[in-house]
Amino acid sequence: MFDPKKLEAIRRGLKAWEEKELSAFVARRPERRRAFSTLSGREIRRLYTAADLEDFDYAERLGYPGQYPFTRGPYPTMYRAQPWTMRQIAGFGTARATNERFKFLIAQGQTGLSVDFDMPTLMGYDSDDPRAAGEVGREGVAVDTLADMEDLFDGVDLAAISVSMTINPTAWILLAMYVALAEKRRIPKDKLSGTIQNDIIKEFTAQKEWIYPVKPSLRIVRDSIIYSVQHLPHYNPVNISGYHIREAGSTAVQEAAFTLAAGIAYVEEVRKTGLEVDVFAPRLSFYFISHSDFFEEVAKFRAARRVWAKIMKERFGAKKPESMRLRFHCQTAGSSLTAVQPLNNVARTAYQAMAAVLGGCQSLHTNGMDEALAIPSEEAMKLALRTQQILLEETGVAHSIDPLGGSYLVEALTDHTEKEIWDYLERIDRMGGTVAALERNFFQQEIADAAYAYQVAKERGEKIVVGVNQFREPEPEEPGIPLHSVDPRTEQLQKERLARVKRERDSARVAKLLNELREVARTDENLMPVTVECVKAHATLGEIVNALKDVFGLYREPIVF
Amino acid sequence: MAERKVRILVAKPGLDGHDRGAKVVARALRDAGFEVIYTGLHQTPDQIVATAVQEDVDVIGLSILSGTQMIVFPRILELLRQHGAGHITVIGGGTFLPKEMRELKAMGVAELWGVDSSIQEIVDWIRRRFATS
Repeated sequence: MFDPKKLEAIRRGLKAWEEKELSAFVARRPERRRAFSTLSGREIRRLYTAADLEDFDYAERLGYPGQYPFTRGPYPTMYRAQPWTMRQIAGFGTARATNERFKFLIAQGQTGLSVDFDMPTLMGYDSDDPRAAGEVGREGVAVDTLADMEDLFDGVDLAAISVSMTINPTAWILLAMYVALAEKRRIPKDKLSGTIQNDIIKEFTAQKEWIYPVKPSLRIVRDSIIYSVQHLPHYNPVNISGYHIREAGSTAVQEAAFTLAAGIAYVEEVRKTGLEVDVFAPRLSFYFISHSDFFEEVAKFRAARRVWAKIMKERFGAKKPESMRLRFHCQTAGSSLTAVQPLNNVARTAYQAMAAVLGGCQSLHTNGMDEALAIPSEEAMKLALRTQQILLEETGVAHSIDPLGGSYLVEALTDHTEKEIWDYLERIDRMGGTVAALERNFFQQEIADAAYAYQVAKERGEKIVVGVNQFREPEPEEPGIPLHSVDPRTEQLQKERLARVKRERDSARVAKLLNELREVARTDENLMPVTVECVKAHATLGEIVNALKDVFGLYREPIVF
Repeated sequence: MAERKVRILVAKPGLDGHDRGAKVVARALRDAGFEVIYTGLHQTPDQIVATAVQEDVDVIGLSILSGTQMIVFPRILELLRQHGAGHITVIGGGTFLPKEMRELKAMGVAELWGVDSSIQEIVDWIRRRFATS
């Protein structure tokens, strides 16, 4: 892109500047640190110039928004036409309690819903299971049966708002409940929009919510993708997630690379059934973190879009541009929040949110300032939402598309990140692919090593956390901000509700349907239609999970630290 | 006779899968020269205490980020007493409020660390506790 003669002049100028101006200046006044590096440990030089982008080819590396390779963004107008969806996650207590929070957030101007489920729902235990004791409704909302799903979305127009559900090994059951609810309310299926996380690979590598062994778990994801593509044309049946990989301690490059590796595995899994890639790939969606290191994150988002576009086009032979464009939800970094001086978290989250927007996210959750202490309070969530509204309406950063494109630093970082993502993907392929690497604990060990290296760097003072290893204050007796408290009646209320549903349903029919579910599981047929029938008959989440445990068995985690 | 190394069981009770803290601490304790056993995920209090007794550990370190601390710690302390293993030091790390930390220590939890703590603090604390003078 640059004229070689002019590049040469820039190089000469840079050398002269370093020799004449810089060295004397640094001798007089040394820099703050010997070296500067990103949060993930990549060294950042003092100055970037056109000389860092020697082979830079605009059309090949960047192109135009909405066009291959989508570096500048997945859509031609980006936020000028469609602002990112402001999607604060919520979930606690009973479905009724969470429904109230949804209505509060919608009244505050939130434009999408996002559901957090409690640990028993995530792991496939009913609220009356002994393993669920103490955890019902604590870290999310408890959903046992379709009746809870009805309460959860009471008074919410599912044809008008998109709903994201953070759920994985039991995702197909929640999807079935969502479909059953829509049928009951007579909402046409092509009106449903939203996303179900349903990314089991990152559960094995990072978030650690699993039930069945790897292969049947992948089959469940495959079945839900195919069902969704056939019946729910505007629904995203999987949200391939880097967030949890990063929160578990990975670097930015690992987050992007391992997420795209999971994406490759899902595409391969669905293609094995004979489905054309262009039929389902447009419905694949992604989810990344926006962490504290501003430019590292912006470069990561841009590089991830470029790599995915190439994978889809060159590796899988996709023809449709929609199959190649990577769309992603983003969340600010929970692990960057501190329990001390919690108001500082508002500033952290605002900067992280700006990186997400300058990186071109399609939807965003900004964390509450109190999340290192508790489930976020209503006030904390409102402030987090206002942070996004200020970003969109006041700062002007959303006026122009990919405004950091062309920055010498950002383009150089994007190129480096892309190269390192490809290096990982090649290593994974050499191991026999994503599933083989997973079975060898490759991802788990890489993440554990990176997490430990970061902790050691933090303890040496190489990584500064304001309020923690610098600018400490004497710890107050109490946090000084209002916190959400768990309603102690939740578990009892939920158990009573479950007992009532079980009493009132046709249990013989439930038993018959659960048997059918087992039968389908033994074949290679799609699990979704029979699961929809099960939930309509008020089979519980735990019953459905247990029926398939009989067929699939359980996953056992190899312990790596 | 060679000095017996301090034996530590790092455990993750409940259904929560956030194991970054547990693993980083387990590795740091191992690097500091302690003998470390990590239970893996999804352990019930009964399983944790059974492992602690069977492995004859000196310390149980619980990692809890799920808000269940006021249920899990008392249960572990009670089970240890029932098994005649009340001498085992119980410590923990996670998202705790100052008030909860005071109450848990009053119940018999020896020490607690929040999510911002340094692993060196934990290593130093265990060394002081088991210092042979």
